[in-house]
Amino acid sequence: MDVQTWTYIIVGLSFTLYIGIAIWSKAKSTSEFYVAGGSVSPLANGMATAADWMSAASFISMAGLIAFMGYDGTVYLMGWTGGYVLLALMLAPYLRKFGKFTVPDFIGERYYSKAARIVALLCAIFISFTYVAGQMRGVGVVFSRFLEVDIYWGVLIGMSIVFTYAVLGGMKGITYTQVAQYCVLIFAYMTPAFFISLMLTGNPIPQLGFGGELKEGGYLLDKLDKVVTDLGFTAYTAQTKSTTDIFFITLALMVGTAGLPHVIIRFFTVPKVRDARISAGWALLFIAILYTTAPAVATFARYNIIDTVNEKPYAEMPTWFKKWEETKLISFEDKNRDGKIQFYNDKNEIFKSKAVTNGWKGNELKVDRDIMVLANPEIAGLPNWVIALVAAGGLAAALSTAAGLLLVISTSISHDLMKKTINPNITDKQELIYARIAAGCAIIIAGYFGINPPGFVAQVVAFAFGLAASSFFPAIVLGIFYKRMNKEGAIAGMIAGIVFTAAYIIYFKFISPEANVQANWWFGISPEGIGGIGMLLNFAISIVVSKLTSPPPPEVQELVENIRVPNKD
Amino acid sequence: MESQNNLQNHRQAYWRANIRILTILLSIWFIVSFGCGILFVDQLNQIKLGGFKLGFWMAQQGSIYTFVVLIFVYVQLMNKLDQKFSFNEKND
Repeated sequence: MDVQTWTYIIVGLSFTLYIGIAIWSKAKSTSEFYVAGGSVSPLANGMATAADWMSAASFISMAGLIAFMGYDGTVYLMGWTGGYVLLALMLAPYLRKFGKFTVPDFIGERYYSKAARIVALLCAIFISFTYVAGQMRGVGVVFSRFLEVDIYWGVLIGMSIVFTYAVLGGMKGITYTQVAQYCVLIFAYMTPAFFISLMLTGNPIPQLGFGGELKEGGYLLDKLDKVVTDLGFTAYTAQTKSTTDIFFITLALMVGTAGLPHVIIRFFTVPKVRDARISAGWALLFIAILYTTAPAVATFARYNIIDTVNEKPYAEMPTWFKKWEETKLISFEDKNRDGKIQFYNDKNEIFKSKAVTNGWKGNELKVDRDIMVLANPEIAGLPNWVIALVAAGGLAAALSTAAGLLLVISTSISHDLMKKTINPNITDKQELIYARIAAGCAIIIAGYFGINPPGFVAQVVAFAFGLAASSFFPAIVLGIFYKRMNKEGAIAGMIAGIVFTAAYIIYFKFISPEANVQANWWFGISPEGIGGIGMLLNFAISIVVSKLTSPPPPEVQELVENIRVPNKD
Repeated sequence: MESQNNLQNHRQAYWRANIRILTILLSIWFIVSFGCGILFVDQLNQIKLGGFKLGFWMAQQGSIYTFVVLIFVYVQLMNKLDQKFSFNEKND
């Protein structure tokens, strides 16, 4: 059977499964819609959190990015896993004990303030929309590349699937589809990784193969370091960004992860505090399976692509090369007209003389980072069903994350805005209707951005993490660990953190992108890492302002005492 | 009043023990990730672990394994602490 038939079968089966789960798990109350009735088992919640967290970017793009960043790719690997330690130790158990529905709920009640709730709800909506546009785009990309459907139809199909289970089932439907989606995506990620590791190093476990010896002798990483430096690139295991920048990007991503509302609310769905703790452990374990495989896949892919193309005649390229050329993910221009592909770093000044001696007239191959995962099974010559599996995995990753984000948007509107701010008298039934309408509208807006992506999607991802790091994380942590923290401090801190972080990112990303170089950055920290400073600023201002103003009322202090212990009284 | 005070003290003792656990585990978290993976990566790269340079391995593999272990250790320690202070949740 050809790839396309396999893809239709595997993607079709996975979609049928998701719809089946949606029908089985229809939400009947707001509690079921918002937090799945608080009755999800810790293991299932761990899987759901892992799928919720691992987006189209983790599945499709991350390994490719690391393949070209080498050691510097560490910022993503540590940044997107280390936050779970903070989440497990400093947030999840206490927020579970607090036992409400949303992150703005906690901010609003802990800081006894509607203004604080509104600041939090605007941040939650902004962060989630930023993120969801990228997911819908991911769905469209997978559809158009594997099934050769127009991006427009791809997004539309994706939207209707998410619509079915998010609007019908709310958190309950989303949770159980995410469990299924985790299984699909991890199987799809690991299968090609096992095969490639085995072929390249003789060891099927990618985490080990990556440090192993090549079949033709020599350690893979040593060989790769040599191969890339011979082409004028920085050694794979060497650092190019400054240590300060790596430090702060990692910090911003870690803290941002711990402050992302769609991740936090997953911990409201388990029955008890101890379940929230263990559930964070399961979540990170399931995430770690993919995150420790990704750097191995990155290494294999970088080595394989150079080995396959460099200095080889264009006419002898394998079929996958021609196929991905059509999608423009890979493109070749024979600058020196020798019929061979030269793939090297033509930006390296020291290397220029060597290029001249070789008769090279510039780099001739452009490779889109995404190809590293999408085309990996083909590059390795794996059977057609594995290629189809990767398509289903990419879709599972994108859809599961999109659904989690859409739920945050819908609960922010129906619960925090309609019920808690505008009209507290609405009944549970009415609130549920608002939640469904809000989810429906959010899907339509997300779909619109998926089809007509604003040019700045990639830029705003730094925004989402920067804002989560500089707004929610300090406000929640201080709300739990510092009893004296009051509403004046929290609001001042959140606003200072957001304004500082947003101004820095907007300046370097939108107003004068040409100035976005290390020489102009404050303390050498790039816009991606500035959320770390924004967070520190938030902490400092919150504490100072809080000390200068009156302490929180006794019932709020009692609330803090209460969330610090796991039992009921 | 007396029992109220007792409860207060009991809760505070629990909280102090909790903070001690957090401080230890988060120090390890910081040393392993920011310490070994970023600040001292060059020094550790002098050591080889099979085909890996140690600093590189810590950054792209070791730190992630440590994170997972840290959370499970935390769960164990907290479950014991809850038991000791009789704060364990009833199976209702």
